[in-house]
Amino acid sequence: MTTPAFEPLRASDATLAYDGRVISHQLDVGIPEASFTVIVGPNACGKSTLLRGLARLLRPRSGQVLLYGRDIHSLHTKEVARRVGLLPQTSIAPDGITVADLVTRGRHPHQSAFQQWSKADEAAVVAAMEATQVAALSDRRVDELSGGQRQRVWVAMALAQETGLLLLDEPTTFLDIAYQYELLELFRRLNEGGRTIVAVLHDLNQASRYASHVIAMSEGRIAAEGPPTDVITADLVNDVFGLPAHVFPDPVSGTPLVVPLGAPGEVFRDHPSTTS
Amino acid sequence: MTAADEIRFERPQAVLRRRGFSARISRRAVIVFGMLSILAIVLMVASLAIGDFALSIAQVVGALLGGETGMAHTVVIEWRLPRVLAAAIFGLALGASGALFQSLTRNPLGSPDIIGFDAGAYTGVLIATLVVHASGVYSTTFAAIAGGLATAAAVYLFAYRRGVQGFRLIVVGIGVTAMLGSLNTWLLLRASSEEAIDASYWGAGSLANVDYSHVTPAAAIIAVLLIALASLQRGARALEFGDDAARQLGVSVERTRLLLVIVGVALSATVTAFAGPIAFIALSAPQIARSLTRSAGVSPGAAAMTGCVLLLAADVVAQHALPITLPVGIVTVVLGGVYFVWLLIAEGRRS
Repeated sequence: MTTPAFEPLRASDATLAYDGRVISHQLDVGIPEASFTVIVGPNACGKSTLLRGLARLLRPRSGQVLLYGRDIHSLHTKEVARRVGLLPQTSIAPDGITVADLVTRGRHPHQSAFQQWSKADEAAVVAAMEATQVAALSDRRVDELSGGQRQRVWVAMALAQETGLLLLDEPTTFLDIAYQYELLELFRRLNEGGRTIVAVLHDLNQASRYASHVIAMSEGRIAAEGPPTDVITADLVNDVFGLPAHVFPDPVSGTPLVVPLGAPGEVFRDHPSTTS
Repeated sequence: MTAADEIRFERPQAVLRRRGFSARISRRAVIVFGMLSILAIVLMVASLAIGDFALSIAQVVGALLGGETGMAHTVVIEWRLPRVLAAAIFGLALGASGALFQSLTRNPLGSPDIIGFDAGAYTGVLIATLVVHASGVYSTTFAAIAGGLATAAAVYLFAYRRGVQGFRLIVVGIGVTAMLGSLNTWLLLRASSEEAIDASYWGAGSLANVDYSHVTPAAAIIAVLLIALASLQRGARALEFGDDAARQLGVSVERTRLLLVIVGVALSATVTAFAGPIAFIALSAPQIARSLTRSAGVSPGAAAMTGCVLLLAADVVAQHALPITLPVGIVTVVLGGVYFVWLLIAEGRRS
């Protein structure tokens, strides 16, 4: 720990188990306030499990997850829902729902039996749809949209929830590269607007470029954490992914750019275009 | 033009905002609800007027308002009204229950008549009347609800594999329905022939023997259940997004689902206790209501009103369409069966 920044969300000595299998043992990790934190690591290293623990979807077997210093499982579900939003890897939409209706459903934790469409609800929905540029789609059916549009709509629903913390589980996975960067830029703007963003990403170069804080995980443990320039190094990529790589400064952003040397234990040699 | 005007909801809507209260209502849903209500009233008046002792609309209205005495009064108030009220109230309960389970299973096939809850409620009543020889409105209602809940628990357990997925629950439920069908037949076979005839007539789903001593408690129970359902509705809508999403929206998922299952089983089991299993209203009403209101997902309010109209109409057909009077359950099975086949084919194409 170099900087004792305030951490609105923190796993404290938390043992996370899934289907009776312990994924992470006594994990200690915090999310710095107002950061764009990206969690990276190989498949099945416990990234999504950590995110589920932080989102209160998974109760730690021992230890705690602290939200603003209080045990997240001691808080009322609705209170948590006003502070932490989560965009899951895959989402289910009710049949035939329209974009505007879907985004409106994100207001649930702010509504009650008698307050189902307040001015604050309307303002939050409008703001969320404008931030994600889906206002023009508002009367379209969600199941008729392209993958990229649909993901923006789900982000809008999470934004309408107006939480200070937004957790994103592989938000770019099923999108083409242009949509991926479009979403990442959106998250960056949201982060600049004051939201704390926590995203699980697979692409190390995207993590380097967009994160202010990187958490690298390996086999359920925290392998390294800190600013991308400190964390994303050739040694770490080799240790965590077993992948030999060079790391250069990204010519666009100056952040670490990972260029693999081949596959684990197998160095790339001949490129078809250079062989005669 | 404010920014809000740019957000277009799928259909014209009214926004109500008073101190401490706000709501957004689809205009189409209001219109559909109004039309269904008018249709229900027309069917009720028609049902009160038609019959061996035919009455004019004026006589029916007069009798209802207390202006008629003598035969018209007796026929309308004493003979026909309990049955008509029962059809309306039971239709509401079945429609709402169907919508609730279709929303929980996220599948138009997931209604209590298909997934065995009605058959289980019927088993409960058969055990109470034929085996324990209990009688009386409250013991049969209790037996029906207990049978329905036991079946729901069994179906849920059989279908459970790391959580319950809607379609597996339906397939298991259809199997359980078949098993309960044979159990019900056995219960009838071992009973004395008198009891068996009574029980099987009632098992076809009939409103013929309903009188005020049934309608009043049934209406009270169903009213309480519908209010409970309305209070759970916000949670139910969030559950349509899946458990994780509902939880992160601030819903206590397990508690909400358990309460919904209890209310839904109690609604359809109450109808079963008083009138026997009336199939296919719960299956078809939510989807008909949905295509009328063009809402996302199914809504219990519109489904209840649609169920009301469907059961009233089915009862008119049961009483007057053929030279002989049929139990209303037979009519709903015949009409609903056609719909069920169509739905199975449509679902098969979809998946």
